[in-house]
Amino acid sequence: MSGQRPAAPVATAGPVERRRGWTGWFDPRGRRLGGWAFALNRLTGLGLVAYLYLHLGVLFLLSQGPDGWDAFVDVALSPPILVMDVVLIFGMLLHGLNGIRVGLVGYGMVATRQGALFVGLMIIGAIVLLAATLRVFA
Amino acid sequence: MAEPQTTPTRPVRFRVHRRKAGDSGGRYDSFEVQLDEQRTVLDGLVAIRKEQDPSLTFRHSCFHASCGTCGMRVNGADVLACVTKVADLGPTVTVEPLANIPLVSDLVVDMGAFYGPFSRAGRPLLRESELVPGSQRAEGIDVLTRYEDCIECGICVSACPLTGSDPRYAGPAALCAAGRVIEEPRDADRLAALRFADGSHGVWRCHVAYECTGACPSNADPGAHIMRLRRAATADRFRRWFGVGRAAR
Ligand code: SF4
Ligand code: SF4
Ligand code: FES
Repeated sequence: MSGQRPAAPVATAGPVERRRGWTGWFDPRGRRLGGWAFALNRLTGLGLVAYLYLHLGVLFLLSQGPDGWDAFVDVALSPPILVMDVVLIFGMLLHGLNGIRVGLVGYGMVATRQGALFVGLMIIGAIVLLAATLRVFA
Repeated sequence: MAEPQTTPTRPVRFRVHRRKAGDSGGRYDSFEVQLDEQRTVLDGLVAIRKEQDPSLTFRHSCFHASCGTCGMRVNGADVLACVTKVADLGPTVTVEPLANIPLVSDLVVDMGAFYGPFSRAGRPLLRESELVPGSQRAEGIDVLTRYEDCIECGICVSACPLTGSDPRYAGPAALCAAGRVIEEPRDADRLAALRFADGSHGVWRCHVAYECTGACPSNADPGAHIMRLRRAATADRFRRWFGVGRAAR
């Protein structure tokens, strides 16, 4: 350290924009419960939209007659697809139950207890998911 | 004579965001500082500026969470540096400026940009007195005034995911201020605050992440204010559309 003060930086430009952008939605650093709920809602929302199109594609198989449909049913009952079913149920539960939280809190109800509401709804979701998983693999 | 007690210190590595006006991009400079476990991130930055790099710029004033000037991102969390102890952080402390507010230099953001929508909301400064039960007042003082909870630190704006992706969003601090005007209008224009808040880039833009409330170091609870504003705005619209009751004044 020389102890000498360097010359003050010369300002050649104004303040620069520095936004976190949509990728910041998924930045885990410093994230709290509500932030996770927000990020997971985006992800599950996208997943459900993708599933909707997949579902329409599958329904299209009905137009192919019994052969096409029976072949699909065989695939649908295979373990990897059943696991995907559980993932789908997880997404639906998370998105739907968090939607209830967003709806209630968003209109000023339980506005100061949104964290507890989220935890409560997720406990219900976990119980339903467990029951659904057992049913899928029964 | 007894030796003065010295508190043990440990080396703490700081990674500090640097960018001066005119630089084409930012970078991180590393510094090692000896700090005892009571020291804060702000103490570390002051030591760096004093002993290692006088060109490092950051804002601070009170050193005790009152002035709101030392808001920054420490290891990714939006905090007041003056009350964030280095002992609670890992071996490396990464310090960055608040996000979502334009950067002026190193860790200093443009608070003018932050105050823009904040001022439009009414920006209340004093709230009606709230006496702590059993508290004593100095002789001759009959009425106490109290400052608003919000210390205008900008931390909620940095933490909010929506402010990060929508530059037109009014943001939690401004909406929190509007909420306080609705709650306690005093001489402020309640209707103007409500109309400011009631728009697609106002309270309806919020997606209920509550990062603002979680990050706020002053318990101002912007998230809850936004939700209450939604109720007030909805009631106001119903009154205007259906002529039921009186519009907010
Ligand atoms: S509750 Fe609204 S304002 Fe607060 S962090 Fe979430 S999106 Fe932003
Ligand atoms: S509402 Fe809280 S976090 Fe936001 S500016 Fe005010 S004090 Fe800071
Ligand atoms: S220096 Fe005043 S709040 Fe941190």
